[in-house]
Amino acid sequence: MSKEPVAVVGIGQTKHVAARRDVSIAGLVREAAQRALDDAELMWADIDAVVIGKAPDFFEGVMMPELYLADALGAVGKPMLRVHTAGSVGGSTALVAANLVAARVHGTVLTLAFEKQSESNAMWGLSLPIPFQQPLLAGAGGFFAPHVRAYMRRSGAPDTVGSLVAYKDRRNALKNPYAHLHEHDITLEKVQASPMLWDPIRYSETCPSSDGACAMVLTDRAGAARAPRPPAWMHGGAMRSEPTLFAGKDAVSPQAGKDCAADVYRQAGIADPRREIDAVEMYVPFSWYEPMWLENLGFADEGEGWKLTEAGVTELDGDLPVNMSGGVLSTNPIGASGMIRFAEAALQARGQAGEHQVEGARRVLGHAYGGGSQFFSMWLVGAEPPPS
Amino acid sequence: MTREIAVVAFAQTDHRRTTEELSEVEMLMPVLHDVLDQTGLKTADIDFTCSGSSDYLAGRAFSFTLALDGVGAWPPISESHVEMDGAWALYEAWTKLLTGDADTALVYAYGKSSPGSVRDVLTRQLDPYYVAPLWPDSVALAALQAQALIDAGHTDEPELAAVASRSRADATANSHAQLRGSIPQGDYLVRPLRTGDCPPIGDGAAAVILAAGERARELCTRPAWIRGIDHRIEAHSLGVRDLTDSPSTRLAAEKAGAFERPVDTAELHAPFTSQEVVLRKALGLDDTVRVNPSGGALAANPMMAAGLIRIGEAAARIHRAESDRALAHATSGPCLQQNLVAVLEGDPR
Repeated sequence: MSKEPVAVVGIGQTKHVAARRDVSIAGLVREAAQRALDDAELMWADIDAVVIGKAPDFFEGVMMPELYLADALGAVGKPMLRVHTAGSVGGSTALVAANLVAARVHGTVLTLAFEKQSESNAMWGLSLPIPFQQPLLAGAGGFFAPHVRAYMRRSGAPDTVGSLVAYKDRRNALKNPYAHLHEHDITLEKVQASPMLWDPIRYSETCPSSDGACAMVLTDRAGAARAPRPPAWMHGGAMRSEPTLFAGKDAVSPQAGKDCAADVYRQAGIADPRREIDAVEMYVPFSWYEPMWLENLGFADEGEGWKLTEAGVTELDGDLPVNMSGGVLSTNPIGASGMIRFAEAALQARGQAGEHQVEGARRVLGHAYGGGSQFFSMWLVGAEPPPS
Repeated sequence: MTREIAVVAFAQTDHRRTTEELSEVEMLMPVLHDVLDQTGLKTADIDFTCSGSSDYLAGRAFSFTLALDGVGAWPPISESHVEMDGAWALYEAWTKLLTGDADTALVYAYGKSSPGSVRDVLTRQLDPYYVAPLWPDSVALAALQAQALIDAGHTDEPELAAVASRSRADATANSHAQLRGSIPQGDYLVRPLRTGDCPPIGDGAAAVILAAGERARELCTRPAWIRGIDHRIEAHSLGVRDLTDSPSTRLAAEKAGAFERPVDTAELHAPFTSQEVVLRKALGLDDTVRVNPSGGALAANPMMAAGLIRIGEAAARIHRAESDRALAHATSGPCLQQNLVAVLEGDPR
């Protein structure tokens, strides 16, 4: 028995900001969910199940907050699942929801991911206490900076590549009304002159800390036929995990990322991702991860990813636009960031991305990662239904 | 035609009040080895892995990542995690097998309540604006529910005491249980609940292997086929719920096909004696049904694993040909807010 095709028919986001002091956690998630329903022209009663994801519960100080959010998300009397796979969770959550449709367990599923980081301090929330970790790593940047340095040494990339990524993503964000950072006066010189946080990562090359939520309505073929706007169709989706630390781990280009991409490409019938994929929303919390993931995902040979960035290939009007929305570098409600990548990929495939739409985008990759570069989730969405 | 999926193996720790000398990974590893040994499978033979655990119990963010190191996720594996009881991890794995993307799945769950005060910790899962600041603990909320049941004439304290003594008596045959044999009902902890009405606090882990179709028959002489599985959630605010009933359990059971034919066994995740009364009523279980032969959550209640253990215990009885059709139930949240029901069957004997 073949799987039911999965379509994205509704997408909703909040305007991501540093602190949403005007809404509760329930208010925040409901806003995104309502927008996704409005986009799909559906009512709460049309939803069969809710799949919610977020990063560690310590970020808001609420244990298993889905229990408290059941009412706000119209889940009372319905199944509600809560996913947590570290930073990749937004993507994993969408994939778990998609499986409910693909397996024909449910017809129409609401999936949502959020983080309200203003409720706490995410950097210290991510810094594990002794005895779990040596007290040397302040936040995620402290963990990832050595891996960036390893990439620079391995690839011979010039020091300036990271700032090019940040300058591009922050300009892309100006075209996305939902992006957190709208730096109208951004210049390359300002990025390069910003303070060094975790050498070689500068302040302007890091993600912000955001409050935000993102929701999608996923449905089956019959649901897609009723949709008021063009759906995005799922052509492939996969998750891969590997251990945090072990002898022989490639922290620069993890095997789990390569395997995950290969699985997605196999499902979608993609032989040459560089030629066959039109645009990519990838999880780049620190600028240098753009060239690193370009290689890991097979868009460039090893050591060559930075050349695509330097040549402008990943610009909004380039040959392979990357992070058209402004990316994680412009918006980072951690638990939602993966789902925003997946949703932005779907927006592009639907032709609904507004000012940051890539002309003629037919097949778009959404990518998320988390933990110590160890959890990966990806999907490939297209404007056409998958071949049956 | 949907795919036939079965529980083919189940293992659990000896649940104990404290496992200070063990990390979570060390507690979990023997269980993973046990469940793999039962089937002869190796980690590399597993198509999909899914786990359930809680950062709040572990007291650190991303606590599940260390457990993953123990699983041996190399070469990289297809894997997911729910911040829920392992019963819901099993549900996610079941959907993955249904899609046909996987033929086997490893599901595990673990929780250590011993490092902290679990009654206080669980207050953090209440509405953070209006309820959590009052710190109403899990026993106090269960006591509200028990009093509502008594006030409505659905039960009385002697009946609750009988549930407690039956559970611990049954647990004498369960070497993994934490509380076994004759346990005094004790003093009131929070009226009308006495210590005997409450679950033991403890640490533990459990694991299950799922397999589809012929693969299940190869791995197990009598697979426990999942005929149906469903879960439902209720409103969070206790003020808008009828605490003497569990409509979400009834609806999940209906969707899982539990009412199509009688079951001979039911493993109910009822941490408090009063909650067994609510669940029996919601599920329409009469005295012909063997309820919690393992002793249930009143004999061992490792948080995050106790629901998965109910499914495992029900499946194990089918494996041993002690049951032909069993119901397994898991719960989450205050006063049975969220409930899962699975119906398991063995092939005709």
